[in-house]
Amino acid sequence: MRLRFEVKNHSLEHYQFGLRLSVLSALILICFSVLLGRFFYLQITKYDYFQTLAENNRVSLVPIVPNRGLILDRNGVILAQNFFVYTLEITPSKTPNVEETISKISELVEVSPEDRKRFNKLRAQSHNFESVPIRTHLNEVEAAKFAANHYQFPGVEIRSRLFRHYPLGNLGVHMIGYIGRINEADVRALEKSEDLSNYKGSDHIGKGGVEQYYEKQLHGTTGFQQIEMDADGEAVRVLSSTPPVSGDNLILSIDSKMQEIGEQAFGNHRGAMVAINPKNGEILSYVSMPTFNPNLFVDGIDKDTWKTLNESLDRPLINRPIRGIYPPGSTFKPFVAMAGLQEGRRSLPFSISDPGFYTLNGSSHQYRDWKPGGHGQVDIQKAITVSCDTFFYGLALDLGIDRLTSFVSHFGFGKKTGVDLASETAGLLPTPEWKWRRWKQRWYPGETVIVGIGQGYTLVTPMQLAQATAVLANNGVAMRPHLVSSIQKNNGLETELVAITKLDSLALDPNNIAIVKAGMVGVTQAGGTAASVAAGSSYNIAAKTGTAQVVGIKQGAKYNAGNLDERHRDHALFIAYAPAEDPKIAVAVIVENGGHGGSAAGPIARKIMDYYLLGKEPSEQNKTLNKMPEAQMIEDGPHD
Amino acid sequence: MIRKLFDHFKKNIDPFLMGCIFFSCIVGLFVLYSASGESIERVLSQFMNILAALGIMWLAANTPPHYLERIALPLFILGLLLLIGVALFGEISHGARRWLNLGIGRIQPSELMKIAVPLMLAWYFAKREQSLRGIDFALGALLLVVPVGLIMKQPDLGTALIITAAGFYVLFLAGLSWKILGGLIVTSGLMAPVFWSMLHDYQRRRIEILFDPYQDPLGAGYHTIQASIALGSGGFAGKGWTNGTQSQLDFLPERTTDFIFAVFGEEFGFLGNVLLLILFLLLIGRGVVISSQAQSTFTRLLAGSITLTFFTYVFVNMGMVSGVLPVVGVPLPFVSYGGTSLVTILLGFGILMSIHSHKTLMSTS
Repeated sequence: MRLRFEVKNHSLEHYQFGLRLSVLSALILICFSVLLGRFFYLQITKYDYFQTLAENNRVSLVPIVPNRGLILDRNGVILAQNFFVYTLEITPSKTPNVEETISKISELVEVSPEDRKRFNKLRAQSHNFESVPIRTHLNEVEAAKFAANHYQFPGVEIRSRLFRHYPLGNLGVHMIGYIGRINEADVRALEKSEDLSNYKGSDHIGKGGVEQYYEKQLHGTTGFQQIEMDADGEAVRVLSSTPPVSGDNLILSIDSKMQEIGEQAFGNHRGAMVAINPKNGEILSYVSMPTFNPNLFVDGIDKDTWKTLNESLDRPLINRPIRGIYPPGSTFKPFVAMAGLQEGRRSLPFSISDPGFYTLNGSSHQYRDWKPGGHGQVDIQKAITVSCDTFFYGLALDLGIDRLTSFVSHFGFGKKTGVDLASETAGLLPTPEWKWRRWKQRWYPGETVIVGIGQGYTLVTPMQLAQATAVLANNGVAMRPHLVSSIQKNNGLETELVAITKLDSLALDPNNIAIVKAGMVGVTQAGGTAASVAAGSSYNIAAKTGTAQVVGIKQGAKYNAGNLDERHRDHALFIAYAPAEDPKIAVAVIVENGGHGGSAAGPIARKIMDYYLLGKEPSEQNKTLNKMPEAQMIEDGPHD
Repeated sequence: MIRKLFDHFKKNIDPFLMGCIFFSCIVGLFVLYSASGESIERVLSQFMNILAALGIMWLAANTPPHYLERIALPLFILGLLLLIGVALFGEISHGARRWLNLGIGRIQPSELMKIAVPLMLAWYFAKREQSLRGIDFALGALLLVVPVGLIMKQPDLGTALIITAAGFYVLFLAGLSWKILGGLIVTSGLMAPVFWSMLHDYQRRRIEILFDPYQDPLGAGYHTIQASIALGSGGFAGKGWTNGTQSQLDFLPERTTDFIFAVFGEEFGFLGNVLLLILFLLLIGRGVVISSQAQSTFTRLLAGSITLTFFTYVFVNMGMVSGVLPVVGVPLPFVSYGGTSLVTILLGFGILMSIHSHKTLMSTS
């Protein structure tokens, strides 16, 4: 019954539906016809009108790129500046035959194969309506010669572009950084921070160093000119103009003379050095060796040079102070000692009798001291001075890995120091939890033992090591390390000081501070591991040496530097602050594959401190790191 | 064996619709590549969106329509509750409260309503078809007005418009009397000033600008003027792929999303526009055929509404870009960048495919 009813109703309802569907279909056709008509009107009838508008559109608003801010050292020496150069540029869409044009141009001004290569590379990256430089750095004569023949070259223009120049070349390149062409990743980052509109007309952006970190301040605000054009696209008159605002100047806390002394002191060695004023966090020296010339990057670096730099075994492009990670070795001991004292695990006059090795209960494995036979009776102060491994093996085990790492992390280990540079790495303070996450393995007591002497998984950056030394020198108060001390705005009329920020403050017992500091002062005195470093010094130096193993040495085998390939030799580490009574400078030096800290890294730190504290410059023959006699290296040995 | 599996896999997929969808997606990816400043990354991300949406389409195509009938009411109630949730606890971004954070992720309930509203109305009218009276249409209108009102409040004019259209098509196809329809048109004409006063300032501005974009060429009229210049300067054959000056030199705002059609029109010209219109017309035509052949009131109404809603997307977007309609945020199907609307649209086509392929099954049972 219901079925019959449904069938009857069905056809009626279906008819109704069909009619209405037809009405709507008609409506669809009408609407699409409207669209079609509109497209015809816009694209066929009014094509000329809109074509002209589009043409005018693209040339009517001309961006004026602001002057990039200068970078100066603490004494006003220019580290990065700008100058105008003439460039010859081709707009492919306006040029009938690009190849032919280039060969015609080369009859007037010199065009090298490198220029062509760069042009082709840049052209492939740009749209055909953008102008691409074929020659940069035209001199006056070349510019005049081309201008006289300009009429022969449609689509080719002489432009004056602002170029960045680093007058001191390689000096401090990792800290200053450089600028390079804006790439796709940069565009995305600018888009995200909503700064892209300010980069209309800008080709370059800071890469690395303070050039990158302070990009916002250095770039300035782009100005605009509204220009009326005639039918040929020539400018007729300026309708309105918003002037650009120049970028801010950066004043660094480093002294370029001191920077030069520091870099030269490394000689041909790879490595890094950071020096900090412990009282306010100002960075006084920032060395990463080897260096490279930033001016190569400004113009667009060519492929071969890039390849050489990038594939060099010396890795010059690595920013070692913040990106290089090394085992701290014995330079870790003062911080472990402080942990032992503060946590009440050790105090004076407690001492051990050092047999020259350490064993865990129920194990025959010997954790050797660097000095065969041991150091005799050793208390905590002497343990720092003579770098007694046995003492710290036991102390680390007594503290336990968690308490140890959590205490030393207050000195800045295992986390970024917050220095004003991009891409800093955090290093590593290992814990059982970390090991489980990373390797899915449990933590062994033996691993705690070797953390006590800065080996095992522990990794630090030179920046962290310098910062930790500064915190210790400043009695536990951590200041944020920074390279830029002030920013000059408004063409130098206003100066804004970079805020000096306290990061952390450790409540350390003054007695404990005195013990650790006395141990470190002992290091540079007779009987200490770096006595030679302070020879003839008029101020007292507190220091600690360190050696970080690059290749493992078997149980019972003896390290012999002479038998090892140079790149497998130990890294030399050295931390220091001076004057010991009232610290004005804290330094950390790492010489890769340099051998022993006291002899390889110590003299570099001494040169810097001499200059900073006494204004003394090293004599000519003494400027670079002396090559160490092999015998001495074997004698000092790897003491970890 | 593999062949059999493949046959089974594509059993419910309409080859004609699938062909058109495939072709539209390819066109969309090419246009997006150009509009995004040649970003492979953007194209890949949209490609993943397409794959996900096609997966959902396949699922819908393999879901028999009577399952849809069953979930219509609960889905609608869920959508309504979520919309109320947005109004009360929604997150504000870009000045609109559209998102709801459920702890596991953010969702935009208004998007769900694009399917839930026509589903609900088709279900309601199919249920009441034996004793359809004026009061049913009044109730149907209420079922439409409540969610639309909530979405207008967010504000999201584009989505509100699409849902209003989707719901209206169901009412109209279900047999809304011509008299009431005429009355509605007259009343809305009279009510226009009231509606006008309810609009947000920026929405009002957009309508004013439609009639005279040069009132404010650098402000509210900028979108319309630049889009017209882009289309117009494309001419008959266009400036060529990736060579549109309007698009590549940043004159076009929102050129990967709502205004991507201007990029298409600039680079492929009048010819490209006509071909794209034909492609969309083929999709719509197939939808009309499927609706006219559908065997139950529910599937007929649903198929009709889905097809016409797709048409509405196309017409409103192209109309807005070419300057015959005000600027409302409606994307161009298959071409605009974004996964959400793509999923909704392909879900609709999946339902169409299901309605078509399950019809013989129903008549024999």
